[in-house]
Amino acid sequence: MTLQESPVLRVRDLRVTYYTDAGRVTAVNGVSFDLAAGERLGLVGESGCGKSTLALALMRMIKPPGRIESGSAVVRTEHGEMDLLALDEESMRKARLSVISYIPQGAMNALNPVLRVGQQMLDALQAHAPHLSRAEMRARAEAALASVELPKDVFDRYPHELSGGMKQRVCIAIGILLSPRVIIADEPTSALDVVVQRQVMETLQRVQEQLGAALILIGHDMGLMAQVTHRVAVMYAGQFVEVSPVQAMFTQPLHPYTQALIQSLPRLDNRGVFRSLPGVAPSLLRLPSGCVFHPRCAQVMEVCRREPPPAVHTADARFVLCHLYGDDENVAPRATLTTSPQEVRR
Amino acid sequence: MPLAYLLRRVAFMIFVVWSAITLLFFLPRLSPINPVRERFAELQRSTGWAPRDLERLVKVYEVKFGLNKPLHEQYVDYMSSLLRGDLGYSIMRYPRTVGDLIAQALPWTIGLLSVTTLLTFGIGTGIGALAAWPRSPQWVKGLVTPLVVLAAIPPYLLGLLLIYFIAFRAKLLPMGGAYTLGRFTGPELSFPFLLDVARHAILPALSLILSTVGFWALGMRGMGVTVQGEDYVTFAEHKGLSLRRIFYAYYVRNAILPQVTALALAFGSIVSSGILVEYLYGFPGLGSLLNAAILANDFFVIYGIGLITILAVAVSMMVVDLLYPLLDPRIRYTRA
Repeated sequence: MTLQESPVLRVRDLRVTYYTDAGRVTAVNGVSFDLAAGERLGLVGESGCGKSTLALALMRMIKPPGRIESGSAVVRTEHGEMDLLALDEESMRKARLSVISYIPQGAMNALNPVLRVGQQMLDALQAHAPHLSRAEMRARAEAALASVELPKDVFDRYPHELSGGMKQRVCIAIGILLSPRVIIADEPTSALDVVVQRQVMETLQRVQEQLGAALILIGHDMGLMAQVTHRVAVMYAGQFVEVSPVQAMFTQPLHPYTQALIQSLPRLDNRGVFRSLPGVAPSLLRLPSGCVFHPRCAQVMEVCRREPPPAVHTADARFVLCHLYGDDENVAPRATLTTSPQEVRR
Repeated sequence: MPLAYLLRRVAFMIFVVWSAITLLFFLPRLSPINPVRERFAELQRSTGWAPRDLERLVKVYEVKFGLNKPLHEQYVDYMSSLLRGDLGYSIMRYPRTVGDLIAQALPWTIGLLSVTTLLTFGIGTGIGALAAWPRSPQWVKGLVTPLVVLAAIPPYLLGLLLIYFIAFRAKLLPMGGAYTLGRFTGPELSFPFLLDVARHAILPALSLILSTVGFWALGMRGMGVTVQGEDYVTFAEHKGLSLRRIFYAYYVRNAILPQVTALALAFGSIVSSGILVEYLYGFPGLGSLLNAAILANDFFVIYGIGLITILAVAVSMMVVDLLYPLLDPRIRYTRA
């Protein structure tokens, strides 16, 4: 394997458990995936499926009663490889923002209202690059603001003087300030109106490409995923149930849950008739036996109730966690859809 | 800062001060106690004057203090002399002036109360901030409850306990007064004197501190709980800032804002908040002076101390109003 091909982030068997009063909740249950440099991975799933917990686990920001039970998350940097989950507290603090950065849904409250934007950027530089002079730090911060198309004077403004879109751009500027290898964007546009949403997304995509960083984009918006990402991971009850290239995901979804998600999207040719997915996501306190999705699955089989589904890696680099594909090497889904990504786009 | 705002704010302050002084002027007049008669009644009992002589003496003094005129004329007289900066004479301790009495007592009160106010603010806010901070050790979080229990005890009761156990039983500190009367003839600027003053001030200060520090801790903890859950604190941690920087610049800095308002108000009531404790310890401050004046219904001393209290509150509230936009950029100067 050449250096070019080796992934920038390699996550293996990540498990996060919350020890609540009602019992143990495994919010991330054995997730594994690779991310190449420059790749954009979408992470979708219902609320409570564990996608934000996964992001927090990669940032090592899981707070008690939560705990990272097992797994590794190896990032390749120019100085070699580091396992984020094995770093000591101080090394992890330094890795945040400089190796892996997190861009929150910043339109609301992610910036401190009583500090100027510039000060909040300088704080980050001070924490990671204290050898820089004050003038150099200011130049770096202003360059980051310029790269997200914000005027220079934003540096001296307070957050309440900015619009929601501008605040989100500030968060992106902070996220790229130290050229991280991996960027996690947790619903970065969900509080913005659609026009601003597209502008902010284009900005995020452009700076990510300039850095050559890998991007994990968390959200529910399948249309956005279709436009922005290379691959999409679908999460259900703490597990990845399918990871596919975005085109294949929309034209030929493998997992019945993915199929249901795609069918629930508005389409141009059957206006007003959306299929909704029956039932609700299971309580993580009492997971169903066998395949966790079987109570809601349209193609449920006898084996699904008894045995957990196999992890299937297909020849065309797709991943699916389902009994439908367990036996044969050639994946031949019994149900296919014909939605094309073009139709899904807005 | 816009000049128009400043002018409006000052005009408002003057209005507040004037209304408070006016209320204060009429309040002691509702009391049936005639301060002049009080003063001479005792003299009469000890010297055995004829009641007729007493009545004549009272009449003379009432004319002297202007108390024979109708109340509204007295009000106009008092206000016009106030505008000239004249606080009048004390009735009980004539010929001493009110200004003179206050000038003698004020430094003691300000010295004791400003130190205790700053200390309680600092200690209480610090404990409250740590109590709401998730990474603090458990014993710091447990500190707030006993402090709140102490805050439920009035400072003079706490003072009595301190006097009994520390001064009377253990004889560690003096029981009262501001300095040892036999050793020093009066206040002087020397190291032994300052040391002596500090020894006398410890117990009154302690009773004030112990009885109020809980409120500061409680207030700060309440704000701290809210702020530590804010997204910007989490994002600061995502940015990889040091915990120290997050604690001060993203947590305390935001949670302390209401505490600052409360501090200014506490400074405004510095003159009045220690009255009972001062009286208890025989501390020669404004509190003791006011206590004596109220007992004798010495109008002009009550007015004088009241005026200082009113001015202190009004000025410190105005200062908070003017400074707050510097602390919280979201607040702007708009309407008074």
